[in-house]
Amino acid sequence: MALQSLDIARRSATTTETPKVRETTEVAKLIDVSACIGCKACQAACMEWNDIRPEVGNNVGIYDNPQDLDDKTWTLMRFTEVEENGRLEWLIRKDGCMHCADPGCLKACPSPGAIIQYSNGIVDFHQENCIGCGYCITGCPFDIPRLSKTDNKAYKCSLCSDRVAVGQAPACAKACPTGAIRFGAKEDMVHYAEARIDDLKDRGYQNAGLYDPQGVGGTHVMYVLHHADKPTLYADLPENPQISPAVALWKGVAKPLALLALGATAIGSLFHYVMKGPNEVSKELEAEMEKEDAK
Amino acid sequence: MIRNPRDLQRYNASERANHWIVGICFILLALSGLAFFHPALFPLVNLFGGGTWARILHPWIGVVMAVFFVIMFFRFASLNLMGGKDWDWLSKVGKMVDGNDHDMPEQGKYNGGQKLLFWLLTLCMVLITVSGVVMWRSQFDFPVGLVRAAVVVHAAAAAFMIGLIFVHVYAAIWTRGTIRAMLYGTVTRAWAKQHHRGWYRQMTGKD
Repeated sequence: MALQSLDIARRSATTTETPKVRETTEVAKLIDVSACIGCKACQAACMEWNDIRPEVGNNVGIYDNPQDLDDKTWTLMRFTEVEENGRLEWLIRKDGCMHCADPGCLKACPSPGAIIQYSNGIVDFHQENCIGCGYCITGCPFDIPRLSKTDNKAYKCSLCSDRVAVGQAPACAKACPTGAIRFGAKEDMVHYAEARIDDLKDRGYQNAGLYDPQGVGGTHVMYVLHHADKPTLYADLPENPQISPAVALWKGVAKPLALLALGATAIGSLFHYVMKGPNEVSKELEAEMEKEDAK
Repeated sequence: MIRNPRDLQRYNASERANHWIVGICFILLALSGLAFFHPALFPLVNLFGGGTWARILHPWIGVVMAVFFVIMFFRFASLNLMGGKDWDWLSKVGKMVDGNDHDMPEQGKYNGGQKLLFWLLTLCMVLITVSGVVMWRSQFDFPVGLVRAAVVVHAAAAAFMIGLIFVHVYAAIWTRGTIRAMLYGTVTRAWAKQHHRGWYRQMTGKD
C-alpha cells in the first residue's frame, strides 16, 4: 500500500474490495482565480517539493511557461486575455489534475494499482505499476496526464498525497502568497468559496460561482470563477466535463459482454462436438478411394 | 514427406508458413490484448515478461501480423470471391451444423462459410490495424477524440475477430482430416470429394 495512513477508495483494474477500514475526511483544493496574481510560486513550489525540473523553454510571446503540462510540469498557470463587460480581463488559471470523484484515468487504466483513488478523494498515479499505455490520457476529460519520453510512464499532480497523508497542505497551497490556493476539508472549501462568490457578486461579477463539475461526480480541485457561466474562457476549462461515452462503453459494459460472448463461443463449440460428433469423411467415399488405390 | 502420392495438395509450403506466422501473431496479440482489456485477464501479461513488456511488444507483433496478413490476403483473395452458390450454402449451414450435410450445395476450394470468414477477418484486420496505430501512444500522438473512437473500434473488432478465429479453429477440428492441410499441405481424395466436390473434380478430373 502506497501510503499506510490513507485508505483506498478505488484501484485501477481491480474488481475486488480495496482496503478501506479507516475513515478519512474528503479533502479539496480551492483555487480562487479572482485572487491569483500569476506569480507562479505554485509552479515553483510544485517543482521543488516533487523534485521535478522541466526543461528550460523559450519565450514564445506569452506568459505561459512552460507552454504545456508535461511529465515534469504537474501544474501550470494558463494566461488568457478576454474582453468581458467591455473591459479587458486577464484570466489566470492554475491548471493541473482536478482529482475527479469519478476519475476517467482510473476507469481506463488496464494495470492493477497503477492509479488509485484515496478515500480522501486524491487520485494518485503509482508509476511503478504503470505500463505506459497512455489509456489514462484517453480517459481524462481534462487533458492532464502526460507520458514521459524518458521512461514512458504517465505523470500528473498527486495533490501532494505524501504531504496530505501527514497532515500538510499541498506545496502549491503552502506557497501561494495571496491565499488564492486553499486546502482543507471539501465541505469547508465549499463553504469558504460561498463567501468569496458573494464578495465577487457584490463587486459586479453576477455570474461568479464555484466550479465543481458534477459530470465527473465533483472534483477535489475546485475553482472560484468570476465567470462561472463561461468556464471555457479560462484556457478552455471544459463546461461540462464527463468521461467520454466511448471510454465508458469500452471500459464498462463492453468488458463483461465481450468475455461472455467469447466464453459462450468456446464452450458452445466444445458442446457441439460432444453432442453432435465430428464431421467425418463417409465410409463409402473412403472405400471408393481405397478401391481406386488398389488398381 | 509423401504419405499417399495420390493425396491432393491443398497448400504449398510457403502458404502454410504464411498462415502460421499470422496464426502465431494472432495468438500472442489476443493474449496480450485481452490482458489490457479485462482486469481478470491482466495476469496474461506475465507470458510476455510483465505489463510493460506486453505493452511494448503488442503493437510490434501487430505490425508483423498486418504485413503477413496482407501477403496472405493477396494469395487467397481471388479464391474467396463470393457467388450465388456460396450464399445458398450459407443459408443451409444450420442443417449441416445440426449434423446433416446431405443437402449442401457442391463447393469449390472454399465453401461459403470459409469465404465469408475470409472477408470478415480482412475487415477486422483493417479496423484493428488502423485503430491500433491511432492508439500507439509511444509512437504517435493523435487527437484524443480520435483515440477514443479508436479504442472502441479496436476492442470491438478484436473481440469479434477472436470469436471468428474460435469458429475457424473449431471448424477445422470438427471437420476431421482438415488440419493436416495447414500442417503438411495435403488432404485425402475422400476428404476433398466429400467437402469440396468442385475442387476435387478440378484437381482429379474425375466426377
